[in-house]
Parts: sequence; structure tokens; C-alpha cells
Amino acid sequence: MTTEQHIDELPNLSGSSQRADKAFRWVSIGAGLIVLVILGLITYTMASRTGPVFRHMGFRFFTERRWAPPKEIYGALALMWGTLFTAIIALFIAVPISIGIALFVTQVAPAWLRKPMVYVMDLLAVIPSVVFGMWGVLVLARHIKGLYKWLHTTFDSWPILGSIFGKPQTRSFLTAGIILSIMVIPIITSLAREVFETTPQSEKEAALALGATRWEMIRGAVFPHSKGGLVGAVMLGLGRAMGETIAVALTIGSALGQLTFNVLAPGNSMPSLITAEWGEADALKKSALIAVAVTLFVITIIINVIATSVVQRSIKRSRGAV
Amino acid sequence: MSQLQEHLMSAESTGNEPDISPAVEAVSSRPVFSLKNLEVHYGAFRAVGDVSLDIREKEITAFIGPSGCGKSTVLRCLNRMNDVIPSARVGGEVLYHGVNLYGEGISPTEVRRRIGMVFQKPNPFPKSIYDNVAFGPRVNGVKSKAKLDDIVEKALRGAALWDEVNTRLKASGLGLSGGQQQRLCIARAIAVEPEVILMDEPCSALDPIATARVEDLMLEMKSRYTIVIVTHNMQQAARVSDRTAFFTTEVNPESDRRTGRLVEFDATQKMFSMPSDERTEAYVTGRFG
Ligand SMILES: Nc1ncnc2c1ncn2[C@@H]1O[C@H](COP(=O)(O)OP(=O)(O)O)[C@@H](O)[C@H]1O
Ligand SMILES: [Mg+2]
Repeated sequence: MTTEQHIDELPNLSGSSQRADKAFRWVSIGAGLIVLVILGLITYTMASRTGPVFRHMGFRFFTERRWAPPKEIYGALALMWGTLFTAIIALFIAVPISIGIALFVTQVAPAWLRKPMVYVMDLLAVIPSVVFGMWGVLVLARHIKGLYKWLHTTFDSWPILGSIFGKPQTRSFLTAGIILSIMVIPIITSLAREVFETTPQSEKEAALALGATRWEMIRGAVFPHSKGGLVGAVMLGLGRAMGETIAVALTIGSALGQLTFNVLAPGNSMPSLITAEWGEADALKKSALIAVAVTLFVITIIINVIATSVVQRSIKRSRGAV
Repeated sequence: MSQLQEHLMSAESTGNEPDISPAVEAVSSRPVFSLKNLEVHYGAFRAVGDVSLDIREKEITAFIGPSGCGKSTVLRCLNRMNDVIPSARVGGEVLYHGVNLYGEGISPTEVRRRIGMVFQKPNPFPKSIYDNVAFGPRVNGVKSKAKLDDIVEKALRGAALWDEVNTRLKASGLGLSGGQQQRLCIARAIAVEPEVILMDEPCSALDPIATARVEDLMLEMKSRYTIVIVTHNMQQAARVSDRTAFFTTEVNPESDRRTGRLVEFDATQKMFSMPSDERTEAYVTGRFG
């Protein structure tokens, strides 16, 4: 009823505010276009410089494991794997912890505890990543040696875990993954918190009124409502983890050509290789490094597009418009 | 055996319920709830107080009164839904078959499994029709698919919704019309086989046709359930209820906010034809509120 009244009122609005409306629309369209143009230019200038390496390597750039500048072999496969592997390890650790914290803050914690917890989490998000990286090298890598050895000796003879916990080194995929997880936990937590908070009180009460315990209420009302948003939160965390440069460069161990499931092995990732090798690169190598960057960029965009569509679909589904 | 069950059994065996002769029973069944000097505070604010009344088995009891007089607040004391609001404090007694629901060792979840609730705004979960109805039974530990199918069908039939949805049980509950959604919520509530169903203005978001269907449904359900309904629609109270409680607000001596209180509670027919309190008369004849 109130909306109808508003609509009736609209024609009475003065012309000037309609003009302001129009101006606002053009400004926002313009801003959007500028972003698109910049994005396009970046992609174009970058992609146009990858010519040399693709003429040299062809499609093998994506399937070649080795990265051996002296022999002029440039393959991104192991780097792509390193980026994905560390990011997956990071999410494996970060997602349960983040969801746990977000659930605690929104559904369990008493009101007086909520603010300080949120504050601390947000603080964690603004620590520069180089600090995390150095902490990873100086503190984590040193103290985690024992755990890695234990993991290796304990699971050595197990079928799958044996190859996951292979020969240990302190700077490794796992070390980088742990550091990354600490970095993405605040992001995923804060998004998950917002998502959980959107569950209408009426639905939570509906579940409780059926005799649900708090946990059953969370499973029955909060989770179904949050599915799409959570996928989005995790995907954003994934994008953040895959793009992280310096913290990974310091902790991953900088070993080339590693294509392994062993989380305790050293490796390398796309952004950390770029920072490490850009300085002393000749033309072909520069072109190869740019191609690595473009690859990372494209992968990140694909992940984001998938994330957005998953989120949209699940929002639509929860509105009943299947 | 749950604590509530134990309490209930001991209340019965100690003879808290005196035998009622059939002649009397026809007039008034036994009380399911007895409220004794119930009062609720939100923080320091006394929202409603001095509420004493009996709610009888397999009757429809209506709470009417101007908005803000505490109808919802009192209703939510009957299944401990006020526990959800951190600032709410309940005083006095809510006896359910003689057991104080706010007594020690009473689990709110156990209470709510016996005393269901339907809310003002239809609030189905963003799940399929089937999963909405099956939610309660699942929470209660029913796992077998065949048994769930059975319960879901029974509940949907009980809520007069089966014929409209039986071909699309897997579709989202949110795709239904407002009236259907509210009947889905009723089905969801009766799927756990409660003894009592509390309804807080269940028709206020519905059009007249959907309202009429829900009212018919309530009258039909009366043979199996004890129903308490909050409504601001006096015709609705007159149409469906056996007894009516009229609440109003009065100025609080200690603060400028108004505290709700029970004015009169009697058979609906009497409340609407010859109420004993003039405030009730003013309200039901539309001269007030
Ligand atoms: N969650 C709450 N917190 C604080 N005050 C509340 C809350 N819910 C209701 N109240 C207050 O309690 C009084 C009774 O409210 P309510 O029971 O909703 O009335 P009714 O259902 O009769 O309209 C009102 O003054 C209302 O503002
Ligand atoms: Mg109300």
C-alpha cells in the first residue's frame, strides 16, 4: 500500500530532482565504462606482449612442467599448480575456521562479546601481507618443523596420506597455505558473518518454534539461507589466496617444476615467481612472465564469474523462482 | 524420558486434575494452560502484567486488544519463545497441565515440540514444500523416508493444502501464494503433532479468501488441537473462538510507557454481546482502539 502511494507521488516531484536523477545515472554509467575501458586496456597491453613466448612455446606454455630460462623452456603448469594447490590448502584450513567464527559471533556469542571479536578479526585483515610472510619464515617455519616430521613419519605408509605428507621441508606448499589461510580467514569470516546476519529472525524463530535446538536451527534456517553467500565468500577468499604474492614468495620454498600432491614439498606460485624473476629477465623471459600474469588474471576472472553465477542461482532458488 | 514428560506424568498421578462430571465437561473442558499473575518485562519496561487466565483443551481461545497491549508477548510465553529475546523476563507462572513451563529443569525445545506456533508473516524456509513440513519430524529424529512421506501427507491434508501441492512437493515453499504459505506453516507446525497451536495474527497478511480458508481450517482443527489465536480482527475472534481475552494498555505509574493488562476473559459469545467491563464493550463495539 505504501509503495502505491509513493508511485502516486512521483509525478509531483519537481523537475530538478528528476534531472539530478538523470545526471546521477549518467555519472554511474560513465564510471562503469571507465572501469571496463581500463580493464580492457590492461588486458590488451599485457596480452600483446605475450607474443614472443607463445611464438616460442606455443600451447606447450600451459602444459610444460619445466621453467628453465637457461634452456629457454618456459612452462607455467607447475606454477599454476602451485598457485592452485596453496590456495586450496589455505581454504581447507580457513573455511571451517571462518564459518565457525562467523557462526559463533552471529548466533552464539553474547552481545557484549560480539563487537570486540569483530574488531579483532577486522584488525587481522589490515596487517600487511609482508608481515605475515616474514612471520611465516621466522616463526612458523621454524616451529612447525617437528609437526611436519611427525606428519611424514606417521603417515608414510598410509595409502593416500603417505603421498600427501611426503618428504618434508619447512618452506613448502603447506607453510604457504597456512600463512594464506591466516590471511583469508578475516575476509571469509567477515563475509560469512554478513551472510549469516541476513537470515530473517522470523525463519530462525520458525525453526526454534518446531523444537529445534540452536544447532538444528542453524542447519535448518541459517545455512539454507546462506548457501549462495557462503560460496561467494569462499570464492573471494580463493581469489585473494591465488593472487597473494609476497607472503607466498617468502614461505613456499621457491622450487621450480614441482608438480606434486606432497603438501610438505617446496614449490612456487605464479605471482611469487614473477616478483622473483622479473628483475633479471631478458625479453623472452619478460614475455613469459607477462604470460604467467595474464594466465593468473584469466583464471581469477573465471573463478569470479563462476562464483557470481553460483551465488545468483542460489539466491534465485531460495526465492522460489527456480 | 524427558524432564517435561516426567513432570507431566507426576502432575497427572498426583491428581492435579480433578474429575469433571460430564455435564460440566460439556461446558468447559479441562485447562491446558493456567496463567497465574503473568508479567513480562523487556529490560526495565513492564510490557504486560497481571494476566491470569485458563486456556481450555480443544477450544479456540482468542486474544484481542489494541496494538501494543501485549497479546503477542503473552502468546510467546506459552511456548517459551520469549527466551529468544535476550531482554525479556517472565514473571508469574505459566502452568501447562499443572507444570510451570518456567520452572527449573524445563527445556524450551521440549516445550516447543508440544506447543507449536504459526507466525504473523508466513515464514516458510527457503526449502521445498516437502522439506518444510519434514523439518520438525526430522529434528525429532524421524529418519525413515516412508514414515516421513506419511507424516508430510498427513500434515498437508490436515492443513487443507494437500490437493493444491501434492504434484509439486519438491518445489520451493516460497513459490506458493501467501495463503498457501501460511497453510504450509500450519502443516509444518502440525507435522510434529503438538497438543497446542499458537497463532499470532495468522491472517493479517492474507486476503479475505485466504483468511476464510485458514479460519475454516482452524475450526476443523479444533477437534484435535487446542488453539490460541491472537487477532486484531474482532470479527475473526467472534467467528472462530470459544473464549476471548481482551487486553488493553494503561498508563504505567512509574514510566510514561503503557503497560498491557488483561481486562476481561469470558466466553466469546458473552464478550461480544454483554461484556461486563465497559472498556471491553467500547472496544468490541468499535468505539475505541
Ligand atoms: N522484543 C521487544 N523488545 C522490547 N519491547 C518489546 C519487544 N516486543 C514487544 N515489545 C513491547 O512490548 C509491548 C507489547 O508488545 P506486543 O506483545 O508485541 O503487543 P501486541 O502483540 O499486542 O501488539 C509493546 O509496547 C512493545 O513495544
Ligand atoms: Mg502482536
